[in-house]
Amino acid sequence: MKGWNWEGFFEYLTNYYLLEGALITLGLTVFAMTAGLFIGFFVAMMRMSRYKILSAPANFYIWIFRGTPLLVQLIIIYTGLPQIGIKFTVIQSTLLGLALCEAAYLAEIIRAGISAVPSGQVNAARAIGMRESQVMRYVVAPQALRIIIPPLGNSVNSVLKTTSIASIISMEELLRRTQVLIQEKFLVLELFTVAALYYLAMTTAWELIQRRIEKRFGKAYGPMSVDAH
Amino acid sequence: MQEQTKMIELNAVNKWYGSNFQVLKNCSLTVGKGEVVVICGPSGSGKSTLIKCVNALEPIGNGRITVTGVEVSDPKTDMPKLRSKVGMVFQHFELFPHMTILENLCVGQEKVLGRSHKEALVKAEALLERVGLTAHAKKYPSQLSGGQQQRVAIARALAMDPVAMLFDEPTSALDPEMINEVLDVMVALAHEGMTMMVVTHEMGFARKVADRIVFMDGGEIVEIGGGDSFFDNPKTERAKSFLSKILAH
Ligand SMILES: Nc1ncnc2c1ncn2[C@@H]1O[C@H](COP(=O)(O)OP(=O)(O)OP(=O)(O)O)[C@@H](O)[C@H]1O
Ligand SMILES: [Mg+2]
Repeated sequence: MKGWNWEGFFEYLTNYYLLEGALITLGLTVFAMTAGLFIGFFVAMMRMSRYKILSAPANFYIWIFRGTPLLVQLIIIYTGLPQIGIKFTVIQSTLLGLALCEAAYLAEIIRAGISAVPSGQVNAARAIGMRESQVMRYVVAPQALRIIIPPLGNSVNSVLKTTSIASIISMEELLRRTQVLIQEKFLVLELFTVAALYYLAMTTAWELIQRRIEKRFGKAYGPMSVDAH
Repeated sequence: MQEQTKMIELNAVNKWYGSNFQVLKNCSLTVGKGEVVVICGPSGSGKSTLIKCVNALEPIGNGRITVTGVEVSDPKTDMPKLRSKVGMVFQHFELFPHMTILENLCVGQEKVLGRSHKEALVKAEALLERVGLTAHAKKYPSQLSGGQQQRVAIARALAMDPVAMLFDEPTSALDPEMINEVLDVMVALAHEGMTMMVVTHEMGFARKVADRIVFMDGGEIVEIGGGDSFFDNPKTERAKSFLSKILAH
């Protein structure tokens, strides 16, 4: 038995290579959320369309990407597609996989948020002469945003952790770099503990930020309305 | 009938929900400029649907609806532009909850009519004063009582300088003590010569300002009568039985 090595633990805790890995994880999260929101918004709009040519592909996309593990998606993109001549680098595959997968989840969150805005609001906006894009922009989106902020916050937390899956195609994020460093001195427990602490620090920091955002958006309406409808 | 400029005209309008439920049956009605028409009838008779068709919030099946001569049902009509000229007030107010009262009154003026923020503010403040809510300009809708919210909703519609106003049961979601503050605003509006179509069961209001009463039942316009003559001498049995029910309250 080797026992716990404090010296090694602290050394890795302040290791620049690992810290950089954590920053890459952070970057992947920001990218996945941003791209996911952007794509997800359009997928949600398509899915809610009354035209089948739009809603059917959106449904299909969501079905595929929510119904299969990200791990499998990444392997197909990085390892499988070259077989039919489509080649992506590790970074490209990671970004693509994370964005596409996250977009499918976010599309559903966005759709739920938009559908939760009462139809009376849409009618009121149309009745003063707003065009459909204005109805969305000035009336539906701000109210939907408020509804989707809590689930959106939870998505950030989950994506932060999910990015570790990209290590499987050797994307050098936090987990991959942890595994690389293990080859130095085989301080397995110490290194994975350090990695866990980094993840914990990031998710905790996000939780604090999320709480502030939710508080702020809660205020913007004034006291919650307890209307009949 | 006296000669009037037509403001709203419905001509043999039919509408279906789904393939076999006909919600409007051959409805025809002309509303002249400055006229106040009250629409009443039992629940489910199609009053809300009829009024929503006038500004194309609901599409019609066949027939013709024109507002100031513009055909609502024509696909070539610029619907948002037409709607901006017809004010609408809803049963549940439908103020935008994420905007202050002032923002509620400005958003349409700025985004739809393209007025400057300054212009919009001047108009909004004048209208707030008119409905007696100047002190609440900076509040959010949820901080106002139902009656106050409905007055804001009327002001929001008026901010667009509409040529006509549609009301769908504007007081039926209100506590009794708030009904009059809203009706007073509507009476004043009627006296100023606003063209109005009002779905309501407030018979006092109807007697006071309605030029004509339209009675609907089962998707049909069953009877159209002058204010007092409809109440005192309804011509059809259906109207009689309806009136006896609501007057019994
Ligand atoms: N979107 C819809 N789809 C299907 N049926 C509908 C829809 N909207 C209304 N209806 C039906 O159409 C009929 C007329 O509805 P409408 O709301 O116009 O009646 P109303 O006279 O305004 O009644 P109320 O006094 O209860 O407001 C009702 O039977 C209603 O159930
Ligand atoms: Mg109704």
